[in-house]
Amino acid sequence: MDTDIDQLREDVLAAIDVAAGLDALEAVRVHALGKQGSVTAQLKSLGKMTPEQRQDLGPRIHGLREAVTSAIATRKAALEQALLDAQLASETLDMTLPAPAPMAGTVHPVSQVMDELAEIFADLGFAVATGPEIEDDWHNFTALNIPETHPARAMHDTFYFPEGEDGAQKMLLRTHTSPVQIRTMVNGKPPIRIIAPGRTYRSDSDATHTPMFHQVEGLVIDKGITLGHLKWTLETFLKAFFERDDIVLRLRPSYFPFTEPSAEVDVGYSIEKGKRVIGGSEGWMEVLGSGMVHPKVIAACGLDPEEWQGFAFGCGIDRLAMLKYGMDDLRAFFDGDLRWLKHYGFSSLDVPTLSGGVGA
Amino acid sequence: MKFTLNWLKEHLDTDADLDTILETLTRIGLEVEGVENPGEKLNDFRVAKVLTAEKHPNADKLQVLSVDAGDGPLQVVCGAPNARAGMIGVFGPPGAFVPGSGFELKVAEIRGVESNGMMCSVRELELGDAHEGIIELDEDAAGAIGVTYPDYAGLTDPVIDVSITPNRQDCMGVRGIARDLAAAGLGALKPLGDVYRMGEVKPVEGDGPAPDVRTDDSEGCPAFYAQSVRGVKNCESPAWMRRYLAAIGQRTISVLVDITNFVMIDLGRPLHVYDMAKLSGGLVARKAKADEQVLALNGKSYTLDESMTVIADEAQVHDIGGIMGGEESGVSDATTDVLIECAYFDPDHIARTGQKLLLTSDARQRFERGVDPAFLDEGLAIATWLVTEHCGGTPGGVTRASQPPVAPRTVRFDHAMARTLGGLEIAEDEQRAILTRLGFTVEGDTATVPTWRRDIDGPADLVEEVVRIFGIDKVPSEPLPRPAGVAKPTATPEQKRERRVRRAAAARGFHEAVTWSFLSEAEAQPFGGGAWTLANPISEDLKVMRPSLLPGLLAAAGRNLNRGVSSVRLFEVGRRYLADGERPTLAVVMAGEAVSRDWHTGKARSFSPFDAKAEALALLEAAGAPVANLQVMGEAGETWHPGQSATLRLGPKNILAAFGMVHPGVRKAFDLDGPMVAAELYLDAIPEKRSTGFMRPAYTPSALQAVTRDFAFLVDADMAADSLIRAVKGADKKAIIDARLFDVFTGAGVEEGKKSLAIEVTLQPGDKSFTDEELKAIADKVVKAAEKQGAALRQ
Repeated sequence: MDTDIDQLREDVLAAIDVAAGLDALEAVRVHALGKQGSVTAQLKSLGKMTPEQRQDLGPRIHGLREAVTSAIATRKAALEQALLDAQLASETLDMTLPAPAPMAGTVHPVSQVMDELAEIFADLGFAVATGPEIEDDWHNFTALNIPETHPARAMHDTFYFPEGEDGAQKMLLRTHTSPVQIRTMVNGKPPIRIIAPGRTYRSDSDATHTPMFHQVEGLVIDKGITLGHLKWTLETFLKAFFERDDIVLRLRPSYFPFTEPSAEVDVGYSIEKGKRVIGGSEGWMEVLGSGMVHPKVIAACGLDPEEWQGFAFGCGIDRLAMLKYGMDDLRAFFDGDLRWLKHYGFSSLDVPTLSGGVGA
Repeated sequence: MKFTLNWLKEHLDTDADLDTILETLTRIGLEVEGVENPGEKLNDFRVAKVLTAEKHPNADKLQVLSVDAGDGPLQVVCGAPNARAGMIGVFGPPGAFVPGSGFELKVAEIRGVESNGMMCSVRELELGDAHEGIIELDEDAAGAIGVTYPDYAGLTDPVIDVSITPNRQDCMGVRGIARDLAAAGLGALKPLGDVYRMGEVKPVEGDGPAPDVRTDDSEGCPAFYAQSVRGVKNCESPAWMRRYLAAIGQRTISVLVDITNFVMIDLGRPLHVYDMAKLSGGLVARKAKADEQVLALNGKSYTLDESMTVIADEAQVHDIGGIMGGEESGVSDATTDVLIECAYFDPDHIARTGQKLLLTSDARQRFERGVDPAFLDEGLAIATWLVTEHCGGTPGGVTRASQPPVAPRTVRFDHAMARTLGGLEIAEDEQRAILTRLGFTVEGDTATVPTWRRDIDGPADLVEEVVRIFGIDKVPSEPLPRPAGVAKPTATPEQKRERRVRRAAAARGFHEAVTWSFLSEAEAQPFGGGAWTLANPISEDLKVMRPSLLPGLLAAAGRNLNRGVSSVRLFEVGRRYLADGERPTLAVVMAGEAVSRDWHTGKARSFSPFDAKAEALALLEAAGAPVANLQVMGEAGETWHPGQSATLRLGPKNILAAFGMVHPGVRKAFDLDGPMVAAELYLDAIPEKRSTGFMRPAYTPSALQAVTRDFAFLVDADMAADSLIRAVKGADKKAIIDARLFDVFTGAGVEEGKKSLAIEVTLQPGDKSFTDEELKAIADKVVKAAEKQGAALRQ
C-alpha cells in the first residue's frame, strides 16, 4: 500500500510534468483527480479504513492530493504563460512603420507679425484700429494735407475707381494706412493711441514692390507729445520686436504732407554670416516714415491743434517680417506656395506673448 | 537731383571735404542717394603718344607700337586700324584693370612680340560704345603726356545724387542746396553775381525795343517777363557748361538750349528761349482753346483744353506754359534773334495741366512745386547775360508783363516750440540765427518767409527748419507716459475672433495664404462678379476687387497642384469687397488627397463635401458662433455643386457660412483638375457674444450614468436627415441630451424610394435611474415625434 501511494505520486507528477498542453494537463488532472481518478480512488479508500490505518495513511493520501493539485496549478500557469508568449510573439509589428502624419497648418508671416505688433503696442497702451481699404479721396489725401495738385499725389501711384455719375467723391484704394488716422481722430476723442495694420495698394510692381502690400500706422494724440516721445516709442517698439537691446535709430529730416516736422527713421544693422541683421550700426537702412502730426491734419479732423498734438508713423509690415525672419522675396508673400508657407509660416501655437517673447 | 562737387562749390565757399558734405546733406534732409566718381576706375590709365608704328612681323592685322606714356618708349602690340605714329591716345600699363573688358593687363607675348600694355578704345574704358579703333585725343593733349586720363579729361569731379522731397523746390537748384549747407555751417554762400562772373545781378539794359509780350491769364501765368537778343550765333556751349551738364547726364544740344537747362538746374529757374524768326507777332500767355494742338519739344503732339495755360503768338501755340516748349519755335543753329521768357506760372495750374496731359518735365517739376516768384528779374538778367556772353548779339529792353505774387508772408515764431513740439532744447538766439541763415527775417515773434520757401506756412514749419539744421538726431528719447499697473487689453471682439479663427484653421492643418485683393474679371465672374472695378489697373489680372476669397485660393491651389503637391489645404482671412462694404471673411480650400495612400489604409481618399462641412462647423465654433443652433440649408449659390453644398444659417436670412463641393464649372474656369471642396465663413454675420463676466453658471455633474437607446426609422429617400434628428432630439427635452445618427442604409430589406436612418439617443437620468416604464414612455415619444416627420420605426 505504501509503495502504491509513492508510486502513484511519482507517476502522476511525472505525467503532469510532461503534459504538453493545457488539454493534456486537463486529461492528467481528470485521470488523477476526476471522479474515477487514481488519486480520487485513494481518497475514497480512506472511508473503508480502520482508524489506525487512517491515521497512518490519511496524511499521506491528502499530501498526495495536495501535491498533485499544486503541481497541476504550477504546470497550468507555465503552460498559459508559454501560450501568451507565443501569442504576443505572433503579434509583433514593425514599429518603424510610419504613423499617420500630423496635420499641422501654418499662420502667414504677415499675420504673425501683425499679432506681434498688436502685442507689443498693447503694452504701450495702443489699441488696434482699422479702416476701409476702398477709401475716398478726402480721407486718403485731402484730410492728410495732400490737396489735389500736390506733387506728393503723383508719388503715390494711386489705384482709382471710376467716378460716379452723381459727382460723388472719387473712390480709390488707400495708398497708405494713414486714412485710419483721420477716421480715428474724427470718430474718437483724444487722448488717442492706436496702431492700424492692414492692406495698402500702389500701382507699382517690380522686384521689391508689389501692387498690394501691408503697412502699419501708429498715431498718438495727446497734450505735450514731442518728437522725443516718437523716438522713444519707435526705439522701444523695435527693441521689443527684434528682441535686441542694441537697436540704434537715426532720424533724418524728411517730408510727408501730413507731418511737420517729418523724419525718416533709419535703423542700424550689422552683418552676421553675410546677412544684414538689425542691431548695431555698421550700416543704416530706412524702415519708417514718421513725424509730428501736421496742425492742418488735426484741424481737418475737428480737433484744436493748439490743444492737441502728437506723432504718427508708418512702416511696411512685409518689410518688418523680411528683416526679422529673413525672407528676401516680397512677391512670394502673395503666391500661396505651400512650400514657402510651410517654411516661413508659424505654428498655430506660436501666439506672441510678452512673457514668452513676441518672436517665434 | 544731380550735381557735381565742383558745381556745388561754384556757390558754396567751403573747406569741407566730400564726406562731410555728403553726411551733412543727409543730416539736413537732402538725402544722398548716391555719389559717383566717374574717373576713379580709370586712374591707372594715362595720356600717351604713339612714337612709331611698325608692321608686326608675324601678323598682318597687328602693329608694333612704341608708346610714350611719360616714362620713355614702351613696346606695345596693337590691333587697332587707326593706330599710327604721332597720334595721342590713352594707354593702360600692365596691372591696370580694363573696366569695359573686365580683365587686368599683363606683360604678354603676342605672336612672338612682347607687349607692355594696351592702347584703349572708348568702349574698353566704358566712356561710350565706340570700338572701331583706339581713342584719339586732340592735339592739345601733347602737353599732357603721362597725365592720368581722368585728370586730363576732367573726370575727377564726383557726381552727387540727392533726393529732393516735394516741399523743397528751392533745392531743385544747386544754389538752394548750397544755401542749406551754408545754413548748416558748412561754409558761406557766394554772391550770385560772383558765381556768374557778372558783378551785380541786375537787369541787362538793352538798346532795342522791349518785346511784345503780355499775359491774358493772370491766374495761370501771373507774370511774363521777356527780353530779346538780336544777332546771336548759336554754337556749342562753353566747355565748363558742357562738362557740368554731361556729368549729370544732361544732353548738351546748343548753347542757347544748354543755357536754359543750366540755369534751371543751377538756380531752379526754368526759362524758355524762342526763335523770333518763327514767331508771328507778339506772345501772349492765355488759356488754350478747346482742342488746340501743340507739337511739343519731345516730338509728341498734345491736345489742350480751356483750363490750360499756353504761350502763343497770333498764329499758334508755342509753349505749354511752364511745362514744355513747342517744336515750332525752338532754336536751331540758324537762329539769330531770340526771345527769352522768364515767367511765373501758378503751381496748381501747372499740376493740373501736367496731370491731364500725363506730361512730366524738369520745368513742370519746378513750377508745380513753386519757383521763387521774386527771382524773375534776376533769372532773366542771368539768361540774357549768358546769351550775350556766349552767343554775342545785342539785348533789347525788358518787358515785365504783370506782377508775380511777391507779397511777403509771415508766420508766428515761438522759440518754445522747438522743445514742446520738437523735443529739443535750443537757445532762442541759435534758433534765430539758423532761420536767418536760411533767409528768414525774424523780428520779435514774427518770421518773414523767404520768397523761395513756398512750403513754410506755420509755426510748426519753423520748428522743422530749426530742428533740421540743428540736428534732428540730437532729439533725446522721452518715454511715453504710462498708466500705472499692467497694460489693459485693447483688442476688440472682432479682432479676437479673427485671431482665434485664424489659429484654429492653422491648428486644423490649413496653411494661411495671403492672396491679391484684386482679380481678373474672368476670375470674379463665377462668384457673381465684382462690385468694384479699377479704372487704372496695373494689369487685366489685377482689376476687380474680389467678391469672395475663394477665387484667390482656388488659383493658389491650382498652382500648388501643378507643382505636384498631392494635398492642398489653404485658408485665408481677409475682406470681400461688396457694393455695400468690406466684409471680414475666412475661406478654406481643400484639393487633391484628403488622406494619401499609405500602408495602413491602402488607397488615397479624396476630399468630400463633409470635410468642408466639418471645417465650417469647427471654425465657426472657434469663431464663437452658436453652432448647435445653426440650420443646414441649401441655396449656397452658383459657385457650388447644387447637390453637394449648403449654407449654415442662424434663422432663414442670416447666412454664416457656405460650404461644399466646388461647382465643376468654376473649376473649369480656373483650369483645375479633380474635385475640390471649400467653405467660406462670413465672420461679420456671427452674432457678438454678450459678455457675462468670468463666472460660469453653476454645474454639478450627475451621479447617474447616461443610457443610450438605438432607433432605426424608415423615411423617404430624399428626406433631410437633419430634420429627423432634430425631431428625435426634441421629443423629450428633459431626458434626451443627445441624438446621433450612426447609420444610413438603403438596399436589401429597405423598399425602393426609402432609406433607413439609425439614431442613437442618449438619455440622462435626473435624481433617480429610469424605470422601465419611463424608458418606454420616452421611446414612445421619440417614435411619435419621428412619425410627425413622416418616419416609421423600422420593425
